Amino acid sequence: MAKIELSDIAHTYEPDSDEPTYALKSLNLVWKDGGTYALLGPSGCGKTTMLNIVSGLIHPSQGKILFDGVDFTHFPTAKRNIAQVFQFPVIYTLMSVEENLAFPLVCRHMPQPERTRRVHEVAQLLNLTDKLKRPARKLAADEKQLISLGRGLVRNDVSALLLDEPLTVIDPQLKFEIRRKLKRINELYGLTMIYVTHDQNEAMTFADTIIVMSDGELIQSGTPQELYNRPETTYVGYFIGSPAMNFIECVPADDRLQTAGGSIPIPSNVSIPAGVGNLKIGIRPRNVKFAESKDAMAIKGQVNMVQEFGNCRVVTVRIQEEIIRMKLNPGTAIPSGEVSLDLPEDKVCIYANDVLIHQDR
Amino acid sequence: MALILEHIDIRVDDIAFLDDVSLTFKRGGLYTVLGRTLAGKTTLLRAIAGLQQPQKGTLTLNGKDYLHLPVWKRRVAMVYQQFINYPHLTVLANVAFPLRRAGVPAEEAKRRAMEVLDMVGLADFETRRPSALSGGQQQRVALARALVKRAEILLLDEPLVNLDYKLREQLREEFQNIFEGQDDAIVVYTTTEPAEAIQLGHELIIMDKGAVIQKGKPLAVFNAPATIRCAKIINDPPINIFDGAIENGAIQLQGSVLLPIPPHLAHLPQGTYCFGLRTSDLSLGGVIGSKVELSEISGSQTILHLSADIGAFILFEDGVSQHAIGSTVQVNLDSDRIYAFSPRGDLIAAPAITEN
Repeated sequence: MAKIELSDIAHTYEPDSDEPTYALKSLNLVWKDGGTYALLGPSGCGKTTMLNIVSGLIHPSQGKILFDGVDFTHFPTAKRNIAQVFQFPVIYTLMSVEENLAFPLVCRHMPQPERTRRVHEVAQLLNLTDKLKRPARKLAADEKQLISLGRGLVRNDVSALLLDEPLTVIDPQLKFEIRRKLKRINELYGLTMIYVTHDQNEAMTFADTIIVMSDGELIQSGTPQELYNRPETTYVGYFIGSPAMNFIECVPADDRLQTAGGSIPIPSNVSIPAGVGNLKIGIRPRNVKFAESKDAMAIKGQVNMVQEFGNCRVVTVRIQEEIIRMKLNPGTAIPSGEVSLDLPEDKVCIYANDVLIHQDR
Repeated sequence: MALILEHIDIRVDDIAFLDDVSLTFKRGGLYTVLGRTLAGKTTLLRAIAGLQQPQKGTLTLNGKDYLHLPVWKRRVAMVYQQFINYPHLTVLANVAFPLRRAGVPAEEAKRRAMEVLDMVGLADFETRRPSALSGGQQQRVALARALVKRAEILLLDEPLVNLDYKLREQLREEFQNIFEGQDDAIVVYTTTEPAEAIQLGHELIIMDKGAVIQKGKPLAVFNAPATIRCAKIINDPPINIFDGAIENGAIQLQGSVLLPIPPHLAHLPQGTYCFGLRTSDLSLGGVIGSKVELSEISGSQTILHLSADIGAFILFEDGVSQHAIGSTVQVNLDSDRIYAFSPRGDLIAAPAITEN
């Protein structure tokens, strides 16, 4: 069990270049002991580089990594007490399930009967008890992945479990069970767990804290609710949630934000810095409503398209060159012609140069 | 113009891939075929394209036999799950290819290809090769190549399945616009996703184990699924089914949970039923104590897997929230939204449709 700190970590794969490209740009992060974290981003965003720095497979070009306050930056992987599960199951094909699970303990000279006790405990947790004597290669993909996981868990010295897109080869129906087991393991053993994925749903389902990355940079670290309700950048607002957050260009005019189709009041707890350009109003499709009363200043547009999904309808409203999507309950009446939109003040986020303007509290 | 399938059977090693399928497809119609994997969707498309010969049944187009027409004589275009393009040709050449093969002069082929590329949002990519495109763009090239032929029949086999969810969202919206313009063709589109089938289809066909189990207007099917099986396939997550009875003036579910009988079920006699309730028709803040088995987040929704005395069920909550495994939540069942099915699984009564 460990608190993991990344202090001013950065990495380039071309250290000899005069102008190296950084796969990971300087960042600071603290991962609490026993927390569940997801590194989320598209391929090439630096998330696997970050994972490999934690496991020691890569030594960072700059910065320090601390485990419980101790500098581990130059410690080899073997000394880090970390277990890693990869995209594809890694098993010893000639061994039985039991021998696979016991292997890390044999290597560490753990005596019997402690060894068998640990193996059986983990096998029970992973529902592998009745398969212990079977050759590991004969198991299905999801069970093989459980063996990989189990080999990390049998050790009693593991402080963090790193998972690199571990559900890629698992059938959708079986993912449910593995997700449950991972959550259970976190609760039972209090392991710090770090999960790498490009799938926002996977990340939001697994982790208490999500670290969104793009182009080697940390964009936002927060709970699923924070990412959904207050995306730190327009990129997070687009990437998290379906349909994506709406963004409407605007300029400040007195105490209002003027768009191409009308204006809204500047939210009372937001102060717009003087002279700032490229302002956008951000709002989730679920929070946009048709205005009940005719407010002369309200944002107006034309209904452009209705997408019927059965359990909801998504309405696309065109405001000059811009599009706003609304997610409505099934059967919600859709006015024809020009519509006025209601953007509740407490649901609105304001962005300057694609970065959230924080609310005064 | 209509394409008519009658009593089509396709069997491989005694397994029914298509089981007595009869369907009518009209010109200008957009048909979505919804079903889980192995439902027979791809086989249906292959039978229409002439790539797989039925053992039984007839297939006619405009009253003329179509079953024995060779593949190359059928004016059919198909888009597959995988992005299939010619890797050595530019985007423009890829799209113009079917026209050039058909003997259309180079200039006209180019003009028509550009028109279609514009339609699929790739006008600026004409000189690139497919390998220099993203997955979504590659699939648009494949779609453009299918559209440019102005085929009588356009078949799309789960074209979005290999794309990430952001791209799926975007292309679904674009497809709706593109297909609206295909008035001269029959478009048949297969998918495993109910939302996609309902959104894109003018007519929806549900298939299961090789058979057509329901067809109709998408919302009509969604609002009144003929059987529990249909209800499960057209809802994602699948509709919750609770075993119970109507007795002593109440709906009785397992664990002695009682619900008032809503008006639309008032005419039902006492007896045992299977009650269906969509995952979005349950909400938090009720009286049924339920244990959280897992909470998943999908897009902008939270999917709670719960267990209680009434059985295991799923609750679909709008917005993003977190619930610890093993924690207890209180659940409310919206009895006005309950479907009643017979113990055999046939629909007996559905809630009224609210269009306000």
